[in-house]
Amino acid sequence: MALDPRGPRFAAWITTGVFVLVLVTSSGWLAAAQALVFAITTAAPRWGPYSLLYRTIVAPRLSPPTELEPAAPVRFSQAVGFVFAVLAAIGYLTGATTLGWIAAGAALGAAFLNAAFGFCLGCELYLLVLRTLNRPLPHRVPLPSEGANP
Amino acid sequence: MPDWGVGLAIACGVLIAASAFGLLRRRRDGQMHPVTAADGDQPAHPPISLTDLGVRPGVPATLLQFSSAFCAPCRATRRICAEVATLLQGVDHVEVDAESHLEAVRALDIRRTPTVLVIDAAGRIVRRATGQPTKAQVIAAVAPLLTAHDSVNSDKRTVSRGRSSC
Repeated sequence: MALDPRGPRFAAWITTGVFVLVLVTSSGWLAAAQALVFAITTAAPRWGPYSLLYRTIVAPRLSPPTELEPAAPVRFSQAVGFVFAVLAAIGYLTGATTLGWIAAGAALGAAFLNAAFGFCLGCELYLLVLRTLNRPLPHRVPLPSEGANP
Repeated sequence: MPDWGVGLAIACGVLIAASAFGLLRRRRDGQMHPVTAADGDQPAHPPISLTDLGVRPGVPATLLQFSSAFCAPCRATRRICAEVATLLQGVDHVEVDAESHLEAVRALDIRRTPTVLVIDAAGRIVRRATGQPTKAQVIAAVAPLLTAHDSVNSDKRTVSRGRSSC
């Protein structure tokens, strides 16, 4: 599946606006709504609410895309966004406002970097996480010296 | 301070910090930094065999690119490196999937994709760029290797044809 790369950028600008609103209003329900948007876009990138908005309103006014981008990076970053939006919603709705601030702030930073610079924070961290976690066990546990090891 | 005040302050702080980070990143991305051994100004031999990753020994300049599936700039980088490999004689482009070569990723300390390593004929890592380089940056990085190789092998033209294996 391939996407017009301008679609996810457009979606990232809306997401940036939503998280600014979430931070100013401390609205857990708004964060929950954004989590739902992330969930739909992760499951079906072309049918995400912001993608539909882009396809029906913005794309017809632009020239056809010169290149398409694979959907995998977009889906991955939407999944990461989903986790942060859920944390923000839980924080605000349960009165743990500090959790809401941290999660919404992190999500705002990631969405803005994506919108303004085309930078995918989740994608960048993916290799670092994989590198650290996906280590064979002997690398994590110090082995006894070679002579002692039959 | 009321909650909305704190929220607004966080939003402004995050936007300013992210802008600074993004601008800095944009400036640094793709710069081909020289790589030298810890004890001198000569390039060091890598800790692992690069031929296992598909680097052919003796090729004057190999662009060894580490990519991952969740990486949009990797595609642009692949296109640029492949173009340079077709354009210039003696340049190879080898692309490696970072996820399926985690041992090499750790040994070579690859932290981001795309990372492009410039390998000389002796198999040493001469330069390293993280982020998407421009075509000019790639050409400037391989050019010294090609002229050095030419002056050594001026009588026997064994420079292999540019090849891109993706």
